[in-house]
Amino acid sequence: MDKKLLMRGSQVIGEAAIRAGCRFYAGYPITPQNEIPEFMSGAMADLEGGTFIQAESEIAAINMVIGASMAGARAMTSSSSPGISLKQEGISFLAALELPAVIVNVMRGGPGLGNIAPSQGDYFQATRGGGHGDYRSIVLAPAHGQELADLTRKAFEYADRYRTPVMILADGMMGQMMEPVVFPDPINLDELPPKPWVLDGAQGRPSRIIKSLILDTVEMEEHNWKLDRKYKIISGEIPHAETYMTEDAKLVVVAYGTAARIARGGIKRAREMGLKVGLLRPVTLWPFPDRAIREMSRLVKDFMVFEMNTGQMIDDVRLSLEGRSNVHFYGRPGGIVSTPDEIGKAISSLYYRQHLKED
Amino acid sequence: MEELVFTRPRYIKKAPFHYCPGCGHSIIHRLVAEVIEELGIGEKTIGVPPAGCAVLAYDYFDVDMGEAPHGRGPALATGIKRILPDRIVFSYQGDGDIAAIGTSETIHTANRGENITVIFVNNNCYGMTGGQMAPTTLLGQNSTTTPGGRDENRDGPPIDLSEMLALVRGTVYIERTAVNSIRNIRNTKKAITKAFKAQIAGLGFSLVEILSPCPTNWKMSSTDSCRWIDESVMQTFPLKVIKDEIG
Repeated sequence: MDKKLLMRGSQVIGEAAIRAGCRFYAGYPITPQNEIPEFMSGAMADLEGGTFIQAESEIAAINMVIGASMAGARAMTSSSSPGISLKQEGISFLAALELPAVIVNVMRGGPGLGNIAPSQGDYFQATRGGGHGDYRSIVLAPAHGQELADLTRKAFEYADRYRTPVMILADGMMGQMMEPVVFPDPINLDELPPKPWVLDGAQGRPSRIIKSLILDTVEMEEHNWKLDRKYKIISGEIPHAETYMTEDAKLVVVAYGTAARIARGGIKRAREMGLKVGLLRPVTLWPFPDRAIREMSRLVKDFMVFEMNTGQMIDDVRLSLEGRSNVHFYGRPGGIVSTPDEIGKAISSLYYRQHLKED
Repeated sequence: MEELVFTRPRYIKKAPFHYCPGCGHSIIHRLVAEVIEELGIGEKTIGVPPAGCAVLAYDYFDVDMGEAPHGRGPALATGIKRILPDRIVFSYQGDGDIAAIGTSETIHTANRGENITVIFVNNNCYGMTGGQMAPTTLLGQNSTTTPGGRDENRDGPPIDLSEMLALVRGTVYIERTAVNSIRNIRNTKKAITKAFKAQIAGLGFSLVEILSPCPTNWKMSSTDSCRWIDESVMQTFPLKVIKDEIG
């Protein structure tokens, strides 16, 4: 273990990626994540066997990542919302070709060009596949600097283990904020399990094909079911949520990423007023931690979903609860970052409206 | 004593080609496979097939093959080559793939001087989708989306991609050949050999543009298609060494 370092979020992702064995990065400039390609350009230059390419487009970048992954490298690209839209074709191919890769989305306000302020407008795009076809991407939602480091490591592990694209869904706030971080030790690439599927020239073995064109409908259906079986395994193995002050809570706020941090502040204020409020923070957005939420519904009859958008994750919360509890919403789209005070007020207002105050 | 004078190349699989009668892809596949065999690089070559008629190239080439989304072959090949610089990487692309949807990837891969080889098959139409106008469709040429023939004012003129790529500093060898005659087929093989040799020597981006007949979509017989390449296609796309910095 290294000592504690103070680092900007974007650079934390870069350093953590290198330590996770990432040896190929391709990206295209877009605010608010430019520090990632900038960091990677230097880090890869310092690294034997490291490749950094400033691609001519987001599309080229994701396709370079596909190639590097086919050749066996741990590979990553990063962007922000409009750029991620452009990468979606490639992400669909990664899923279909069953190739590991890590994609970082430092979300900004949208739709369209939107703005460069922190937002959570890409939840649907990230968790619903985003690209064409019947697939899923693993989506991890860090909420602080240390978690940026830890989940970046996990992202590469999951990508390799399940041979599927993994998205790290952060926002402009997380990308820009400087926080203390302790990095895990670098992995030894030689100790990683072999990849008996890579394209490295058919030396002493039959030639290999990595493809997604399956014209026979029966075979294509079987490929879809195969992917589905994999997604079911992932859904059983990695859903993760963190709770805060939920033991006696009558109202639970559900929020992820930056919104979850703001919500924590709001919950502290509400607690000071004697309100029994807690937080459930999904760390994996896909697979969604539905069981954790459903189990909580035995004691909690009111959930307040707080998102930095007009309401996207709320759909997953509702689906998890299947009508067992009331689901309320508070959201600020457009790059507005609420204060803990604002959320505290939203919580207490809801708390009284729902007659949760005992005396 | 019998002498074997003709056989399936080592790096073509025992599989029937799906290509239409008279199509140039079968010949070009064979030439590429022969060159791979003759240069002794079959066990370190990785191919990137396109979207289009040649999408199934991985069913025919007996080397490692990795599929690319439409037009993205050069970017994908870049990723492979950067990770495995001692392997031989080629992309195989049609005119729509390389000169329309993938123009950006093509130009920038060439500009970076990526040490890969591109086989660019120019049949002046979108073959697989049924004969629509391609970036290389000739002026006046009929296609399913240019009723009455390609019109310069409406559709723009055919694009000289290979000439454009010659202006880019990272390219070392670009030649336009054809497979419509025995002589041209022989020259095409020489050009493909030269292009792969450039990569083996680590010199940079090499490309062979091959004029190739599409009797099905041109709605001509095979022999008429070959003649039409001589009489019409070569007027717009003359056969020549467009750039040679190999020496």
